[in-house]
Amino acid sequence: MRPPAPRGPLSARLLTLLAEPLRAADGLADLARQSVRVPLVRADEDVQLSLLVCQELDYDGIDGADERWECAAGLLAARRVLEDAFEAELRTETSMLVGEVQDTARHDVAAAIFALTESVPGPPLARHLHRHATRRQLAEFLMLRSVYHLKEADPHTWLVPRLRGAPKAALLAVQIDEYGSGRLERMHAELFADTMRLAGLDPTYGAYVDKVPAATLAVTTAMSMFGRQRRLRGATAGHLAAFEATSSLPNRRYGQAVRRLGLGDAAAAYFDEHVEADAVHEQVATRELCAPLVGAEPDLLADVLFGAAVCLLLDAQAAEAMLGAWRLGRSSLLPAWATPVREAG
Amino acid sequence: MTAPVQVRLCPGGPLLVRGATEIIDEEGNAVPVTRPVVAICRCARSSRSPWCDGTHKVLRTRRPRTPDEPGP
Repeated sequence: MRPPAPRGPLSARLLTLLAEPLRAADGLADLARQSVRVPLVRADEDVQLSLLVCQELDYDGIDGADERWECAAGLLAARRVLEDAFEAELRTETSMLVGEVQDTARHDVAAAIFALTESVPGPPLARHLHRHATRRQLAEFLMLRSVYHLKEADPHTWLVPRLRGAPKAALLAVQIDEYGSGRLERMHAELFADTMRLAGLDPTYGAYVDKVPAATLAVTTAMSMFGRQRRLRGATAGHLAAFEATSSLPNRRYGQAVRRLGLGDAAAAYFDEHVEADAVHEQVATRELCAPLVGAEPDLLADVLFGAAVCLLLDAQAAEAMLGAWRLGRSSLLPAWATPVREAG
Repeated sequence: MTAPVQVRLCPGGPLLVRGATEIIDEEGNAVPVTRPVVAICRCARSSRSPWCDGTHKVLRTRRPRTPDEPGP
C-alpha cells in the first residue's frame, strides 16, 4: 500500500520511521500512550490511521518500508498500546449489548448471535443507497468499503491455524467460498475490484485510504486486531458470524442501487454473490463455527459475543458517519489533508 | 469414494447442504452446486430460489405465520 498522509503526531512519526532504514523506535510507544488519550479511540483519525498502517505491515506492506518493521519491537510496542486502548473501549461499549443475550447464549450460541444482530438494526444505509443515493454517493460508498473489501476475508483467515476439528472445517467452508474456491475471477476481493473498475474507480489496494475517515477505518482495524491474536480467537469467530449475518439483506439493496444508477449487472455481481453466499455463511459461521467452538472452549463464549457486538457497533458507526454527511449535503470522504502535519518531538 | 451428502435443518432458516452436486428446483431444472456448502430456501420467499437469500429473517419480524403456511 502507498504510504498514506499522516493525520496527527503519531501517524506522522510512524510514517517518517517507516520511510527510514530500520532502527530502534523507542519513543513510539510513549507517543502512542499520549495519542490514545482521546474521547473515542474508535473515531480518532490519528490513532486509527496509525493502527491501520501498523497492521498493513502484516498484509500488503507499506511501499518503501523495510519489511522487518513488521516485527520490530518499538513498532509492536506502540501497536500494543493502540490495540489495548481500542479493545478496552470496545469492551466497555459493548458490555450491555452482550449482557442482553448472555442467557440465550448459554443454551444456543447461534440464536444469541442472531438476536444480537436484530437488537442493533443500524442506520438505514442500505435503504438510502437502494432508493435515494446519487451516483456520487455510491462511488463514495465503494471507496470507503474498499479498505476492507479489497482484502476481503483476509482478517478472518488468521483464525484458521488457531482452530482444530469441526470449527476449523466450518471456517474453511466459508473462507474457501470467500476466495472463489480457488478461482481468481470468483474471489470476492476480485469481484469488488471489478465493481470499482466498472464504477470508474481505482481498484488499486489502498488507493483511497487518504479519503477514508476513522469511523470506517475502525471497521477494518478491529478485524485485524482480532484476527492477528490467538487470544482473541473467540472474538474473531463471533465477528465473522455477525458480519455474515448482517450481509445478505443489505447486499440485495446495494445490488439494486448499482442497477438503479445504471452501472449494470456486471457491476452488481459482487453484491448478488453476497446475497447468496452470506445466506450460507451466516448459518455455517453461527451453527458450525461459533457454537462448537464454545462447546469445546466454554470460556470463549463472552468473547464470541463481544466480537459479534463489535462488528455491529462499528458497522453502525461507519454507516452513521456516511449518512450523517449525506444528510447535510456533504461528502462522506475526508477532505484532503491540506497542510502537512508537523511531526512531534 | 464419494462423501455422503449432509443436510442440516437450520431453525427458522434454510437447509444447509454439503456434498451435493446439483439441486433440482421446483420447475425440475438441475441447478449446479458451485460452493462448498449451499443454503436451500425453506420460506418460499427467496428472490434467488432455490437458494436462501435471508428473506426469512424479514418475514419473521414482520408478521406471524398462519397455520397452513410452511415454516420459514
